[in-house]
Amino acid sequence: MGKTIIDKLWESHVVAKEVNKPDLLYIDLHLLHEVTSPQAFAGLREKNRKVRRPDLCFATMDHNIPTVDRFNIKDDTSRLQVQTLEKNCEEFGIKLEGLDSLQQGIVHVIGPELGLTLPGKTIVCGDSHTSTHGAFGALAFGIGTSEVEHVLATQTLWQNKPKQMNVKIEGELGYGVTAKDVILWFIANYGTNAGTGYIIEFSGSTVRDFSMEERMTLCNMSIEAGAKASVIAPDEKTFSYVQGKTYAPKESEFNEKCEDWKKIVSDSDAVFDQVIEINASDIEPMLTWGTTPSMCLPISGQIPAAESAFSIEEKQSIESALSYMGFNGHEKLEGVEVQHVFIGSCTNSRLSDLIEASVVVEGEKVHPDVRAIVVPGSQSVKREAEGLGIHKIFLDAGFEWRDSGCSMCLGMNDDIVPEGDRCASTSNRNFAGRQGKGARTHLVSPIMAAAAAINGKFTDVRSMLQTKNPEVDRYVGI
Amino acid sequence: MSGFKTLTGKAASLKRDHVDTDQIIPKQFLKKIDKAGYGEFLFYDWRYHSQGQENPDFDLNKEETKGSSILITGKNFGCGSSREHAPWALKDYGFHIIIAESFADIFFNNCVKNGILPIRLSAIEIQQLYTDRSVSVIPHLTVSLENQQVVNERGDRFDFEFDPYWKNMLINGWDEISVTLQYEDKIKKYEFERIVN
Ligand code: SF4
Repeated sequence: MGKTIIDKLWESHVVAKEVNKPDLLYIDLHLLHEVTSPQAFAGLREKNRKVRRPDLCFATMDHNIPTVDRFNIKDDTSRLQVQTLEKNCEEFGIKLEGLDSLQQGIVHVIGPELGLTLPGKTIVCGDSHTSTHGAFGALAFGIGTSEVEHVLATQTLWQNKPKQMNVKIEGELGYGVTAKDVILWFIANYGTNAGTGYIIEFSGSTVRDFSMEERMTLCNMSIEAGAKASVIAPDEKTFSYVQGKTYAPKESEFNEKCEDWKKIVSDSDAVFDQVIEINASDIEPMLTWGTTPSMCLPISGQIPAAESAFSIEEKQSIESALSYMGFNGHEKLEGVEVQHVFIGSCTNSRLSDLIEASVVVEGEKVHPDVRAIVVPGSQSVKREAEGLGIHKIFLDAGFEWRDSGCSMCLGMNDDIVPEGDRCASTSNRNFAGRQGKGARTHLVSPIMAAAAAINGKFTDVRSMLQTKNPEVDRYVGI
Repeated sequence: MSGFKTLTGKAASLKRDHVDTDQIIPKQFLKKIDKAGYGEFLFYDWRYHSQGQENPDFDLNKEETKGSSILITGKNFGCGSSREHAPWALKDYGFHIIIAESFADIFFNNCVKNGILPIRLSAIEIQQLYTDRSVSVIPHLTVSLENQQVVNERGDRFDFEFDPYWKNMLINGWDEISVTLQYEDKIKKYEFERIVN
């Protein structure tokens, strides 16, 4: 029987295999940030332990930092957390891209950008969206702080091999439909539980046609479908993305590596525990209406009413989501007014996301009742966008143009949505209170967010794109 | 960490599905750099109204649930972020066992690493834990990890599955890192072979 990508990645990292035990897996790259690491370092210190391979660790600060006036962290506890990471990295000899670094950014944006994320690696981070790195054919998953400590001390983790799911997406996406819509559609149709206990391989022509940045968006939100991780077979696009990046292998070594990486594909006779087939042409621009990512509909949709539920539990969850989100049920999504727009987060803050959104924004003005911010995923993305003049398009339209960080994705810094306000957000979680207590989050793609900023309400971005550039029959990501 | 054997205690129920880690411990409480003292912030937005006064309708604020050591909940408990602050808060509050229909993967691991026992039972079994369904009497349960069994006051027994390795770890209260450090030779060998190949 053939092997899947997941089998291959798994088997090549097993350090020890014993009966009645999980496998001991070797970890090739450990990414760290300020929020989930302090207690792990404290644990090491308490037991007088060292970091086994500081050279395989890499740290940045992103969750808790300001996106304006970044060196002036007003909140004492936030500042302490940032200083603690600096101190820990210094003491244990770990490379850190701190606030003053030109490479600083959201951990899942800078890993790929710096060529740390490579095909074939096992990658962990104390952050659930580590699944993002699977877009490169890496086995990448989020871990808790105890596991962070374990990896620091041993460079390994005890893991039971999850089940495997192949999600095949075939065909061409419609005009104005993006990778974000694909993953939202998947979660809307299969639920936040669909991937629990699984690693997903995304395959099919739609995925192959995706750029690396689109693939990252897809893998990023696989955790919202409950999956432990997700992977995509690396191909020429992957190799050319990686080539020349700071920490990527150089020249002859690079070519050798490419030959190895080409083997990271699922064999044609490989067997998955579950296969889901999706037709790309079924997918429309999506947005969430409720408080879990599966409470999500096409822009043409109508918010459900509690009566439509199949069970008492579902009725209760619809009722509580409706009341939190300020809906009665039966409203049309198109036309729902928003007060905030956030373009950012590790899901959608890369250069192509900003370029796509800027196409919608160009020559327009942000609606007077909307406060809109763009938070590039990294300082590099910010500089590149500025090099292309993208920031001017946003600034001229009335957007705020910020420094990089997690920002309004989780509102640990000052970037918070006030109680009762609605936010069109390109991030990944719409849980109650995520963007601020009582904040109402609607997850959308960058172009849908841009359209909401201009119109002050949700609209079908496709009609805006049509009038802007009637030549384009499908808005293609970069 | 001390070992986990058998526990008898009062069970509070939080009958909701998809309780995410942002609800278990909201992000404003993640800024600390130690592991202690998160219990008072557990389910913060549900437990307290905007001005900080207690919400009397929230399950855990009801007098009869006070002092519970077991939490009974629904599907996909602990979904969302990897924050270990969630199990730290649950444990600090006093919960040692969580019984749910299903758990998010990372959260499940995080519980085990912190000496909290996460138990999966079916929806029907969870219903049957309550000996009297007409009045919401708080059940007292006895949980044995050794026998992988939950027993209610009526004596109904419910078996649950548990990974043998993590079971051992929990029962013995082992420090996992010390266990792994005994594999140093194998880790070295692996690293060496990777460089050579
Ligand atoms: S951007 Fe949001 S989801 Fe991504 S790492 Fe930061 S907080 Fe987590």
